Amino acid sequence: MRLYQAVVIIGFVALLEVLCLAGVIDKVTMPAPHIILRDFVLMIAHGRYFSDIGVTMANVLIAFAAAFIVGVLTGTILHGYRTARDVLDPLFATYYAIPVFAFYPLFIVIFGLGDGPQLLIGFLLGVVAVIVTILNGLDRVPNVLKKTARINRLTALQTAMQVTLPFCAPYLLTAAKLALAYAFIGVIGSEFILARSGMGYEIGFAYTNFDNATMYPLILLILLMSIFANGLLSRWEKLLLARRGQH
Amino acid sequence: MSSAHVTLRGVTKVFPASGGASGVHALGPIDLDIRKGEFFAVVGPSGCGKSTLLELIAGLTTPSEGDVEFEGRKIADIPDGVGVVFQEDASFSWLNVRDNIEFSLRGKDLPAEEKARRVEAAIVMMGLTDFARTYPAQLSGGMRQRVCIARTLVMEPRLILLDEPFGALDQQTRLLMGDEILKLWRATGATVFLITHALDEAAMLADRIGVMSARPGRLIDVVETNWPRDRDSRIVERDNFGLLTSRLWKSLREESMKTMGRTMGGA
Repeated sequence: MRLYQAVVIIGFVALLEVLCLAGVIDKVTMPAPHIILRDFVLMIAHGRYFSDIGVTMANVLIAFAAAFIVGVLTGTILHGYRTARDVLDPLFATYYAIPVFAFYPLFIVIFGLGDGPQLLIGFLLGVVAVIVTILNGLDRVPNVLKKTARINRLTALQTAMQVTLPFCAPYLLTAAKLALAYAFIGVIGSEFILARSGMGYEIGFAYTNFDNATMYPLILLILLMSIFANGLLSRWEKLLLARRGQH
Repeated sequence: MSSAHVTLRGVTKVFPASGGASGVHALGPIDLDIRKGEFFAVVGPSGCGKSTLLELIAGLTTPSEGDVEFEGRKIADIPDGVGVVFQEDASFSWLNVRDNIEFSLRGKDLPAEEKARRVEAAIVMMGLTDFARTYPAQLSGGMRQRVCIARTLVMEPRLILLDEPFGALDQQTRLLMGDEILKLWRATGATVFLITHALDEAAMLADRIGVMSARPGRLIDVVETNWPRDRDSRIVERDNFGLLTSRLWKSLREESMKTMGRTMGGA
């Protein structure tokens, strides 16, 4: 993080602190940031909600992995089948106009109130973003690299592993970032309405009970986890692109 | 130089068109013998099928009619012993110079020491010693092309195909790269087949120069340069160098005008 970015964030938090302490934002709506931080430390120190955090994290990871793996495989296969791609392209283009959350009653009927609906929503939100990103990457593999692979008498699998995949590595990372973000959104969002445990469920429960000492620390934890995971992927992406002179 | 290393007999290439339209007759018929150890260059107007000709010899595409033979065997797929350097940057951006060069030896049934020896020799020959750990993005266009040439060299090809390898480089770099190519041609004893649009480049480098017509590309002239094998870019200072390029231009001018007319006419 650059200095000016840190200054902006610290400035924003300081502003909130002042507004809360001055009573502009009343404490029922939002406690002062130092109170949230204190509650957060207490929550972590006492191990409260660890099981919910574990459930959410496990579901986010499963939804992310499923969206990423299925997306990469589907994108790779579709890239080789022009007709199938032509048929599906309009669907991909309009996919994010479809409110996946609207299908939650159907998912409950099919999967019940377990982890299934959350996983499915996290997966569905991410998978198409991965497919589209992978197709984009594969479209950009220069012909001359494919010819070089042929001249070196590489098999289709060797070409994929030694040329296509490394060329598409930045796109894979972008796809991973998107899949992770959508997995967070899908899983935690659906926990509000579809679950009996998990961070989203606990935040919703705390909200209905005016339990700010639980709600805000959990929101802070989600923020930190999401920023940390995306930060790691971004750092990796930056290193990769810098080496390739693309950054 | 003795027997034919590469032979083309009645080679024609027609690219099929979609939607019932007639195909594009890109090339031929072409008959040509390239001698073993020879440096053969091909010049021709834009779009005459020069690169298609190279791809036919490389086995990257198949002729619609006729046969291409390398060392007496008909080319059906990528033949063993052939290396290609393309005009576009074909270096792998995710590998450093050494790994890029070593790429051609991956999976080859060679002892590790032999692979290392070949890579080291290619690095030295192409003047890349100080850049072995550098990534292509940190190199100039000329240096990246050297990496691609080195990657071809480690295969120890008996036939080196160069598809306008200096097309993206400035004139001075092209002359110097030409010297490098002549050096490695002499050092390896390989047959070299060069595609270029630059008449002076062809005249400086080649033993023989094939002049192609406008599309569909046919050989309309083959010019012997009669240069000594031990030559370099200073050959451009010779009086008969100008005569040679003049002869090439005389053969090409009308063909180039045909191409230009076709382009301007939108055909």
